[in-house]
Amino acid sequence: MVKEIERAGIPVVLLCNLIPVATTVGANKIVPTISIPYPLGDPGTSWETQWKLRYHRVGVALDALTDDIEEQKVYKVKI
Amino acid sequence: MKKAIHYINQFFAGIGGEDTADYKPEIREGAIGPALALSSMLNAEITHTVICGDNYMGSNTDEAIKEILSFLEDKEFDIFIAGPAFQAGRYGVACGNICKAVKERFNVPVLTSMNEENPGVEMFKKDMYVFKGGKSAAKLKDDVKVIASFANKILNGEKTGSADKEGFFPRGIRAQVWLESGKTGAERGVEMLIKKLNGLPFESELPIPKQDRVPVATPIADLSKAKIAIMTTGGIVPVNNPDRIQSASATRWGRYDISNVDKLESGVYKTIHAGFDPAAADADPNVIMPVDAMKTYLKEGKFGALHDYFYSTVGTGTTQAEAMRMAKEIIIKLEEDKVDAVIMTST
Repeated sequence: MVKEIERAGIPVVLLCNLIPVATTVGANKIVPTISIPYPLGDPGTSWETQWKLRYHRVGVALDALTDDIEEQKVYKVKI
Repeated sequence: MKKAIHYINQFFAGIGGEDTADYKPEIREGAIGPALALSSMLNAEITHTVICGDNYMGSNTDEAIKEILSFLEDKEFDIFIAGPAFQAGRYGVACGNICKAVKERFNVPVLTSMNEENPGVEMFKKDMYVFKGGKSAAKLKDDVKVIASFANKILNGEKTGSADKEGFFPRGIRAQVWLESGKTGAERGVEMLIKKLNGLPFESELPIPKQDRVPVATPIADLSKAKIAIMTTGGIVPVNNPDRIQSASATRWGRYDISNVDKLESGVYKTIHAGFDPAAADADPNVIMPVDAMKTYLKEGKFGALHDYFYSTVGTGTTQAEAMRMAKEIIIKLEEDKVDAVIMTST
């Protein structure tokens, strides 16, 4: 789906956990998430911890929309 | 005896080469050209042969198809075979076009054959049986034999095998089968792993289709003016799943208004994805569809506007073909609202 969106000329960032799948399939901008059932917030941690992580990674994804890249890129996250 | 109709171009009908490629559609009784070879192996009588010039079909596709379908209206036939087209691009596309139209109108099995380099393969392999053919007419006999043996199975009502076994290009259709060996997936998986560890060849049961890279779209110049949409394949939907999106192998998607909420509330939204434990996402749907984070960034002015809806489907077991179709349908909605960029989450 990401590829079809990009093919239509709309910049897109994929937040996902299975990075090898995303890179093989050919997503161009990828931001890692922490798991499959809870990509953006571990329920074993406090709400504040989850929120910090989610806010950070969504922010990385938003910034990635402006990034001028030549080839596929997996973005680094701090939290 | 069952009946077949065959389609060939002007060249194989013996009418001529490029100079006669504008030849208009014609139907003749009996088998002509490659159909002669085919008829000797086929458990059906080839009652008619349709002939059309490749250029005529290429430049006047709608008319040519209309004329040919009108030829077939009063004919009885159980199967329709076109080609083989080998590496001939226009011929391959013509075979694909006519087979597709015949299948749609008359609902009979349609078969053709092309070389893998023929552009008709990519265009039509999902719509019909396209057999893997040789590069040139030197392979005619071999190609026809493969088509005939499969056609006979269909005509006799016999069980047909997988794309690989029968020799056609995979159509992207998954069929469930009982293995004669009776071996479970676990046993087969371990066997593959042992072979892999020993450096022995093994055949994956989940071949990854050939890569298809998409150029990077022009990045957003000014995020503070951009309208952004959010999407997920994580199956987040309103709790009553109004669009009845399937929990696996989804063919449906939905979009849900978030213009008046600051986050996705538990009990109002949940996940219907069958590929993972839903507990965490049901307790806080924002861990999959981060509406709360997006709304906060919006208020902080990091980006210009948030599209009024989020889009959702389920990504497990969903074929690439279905995913492409759903994306195309969604893109229409995005373009209508002049969305500049998309954030997608997947599980």
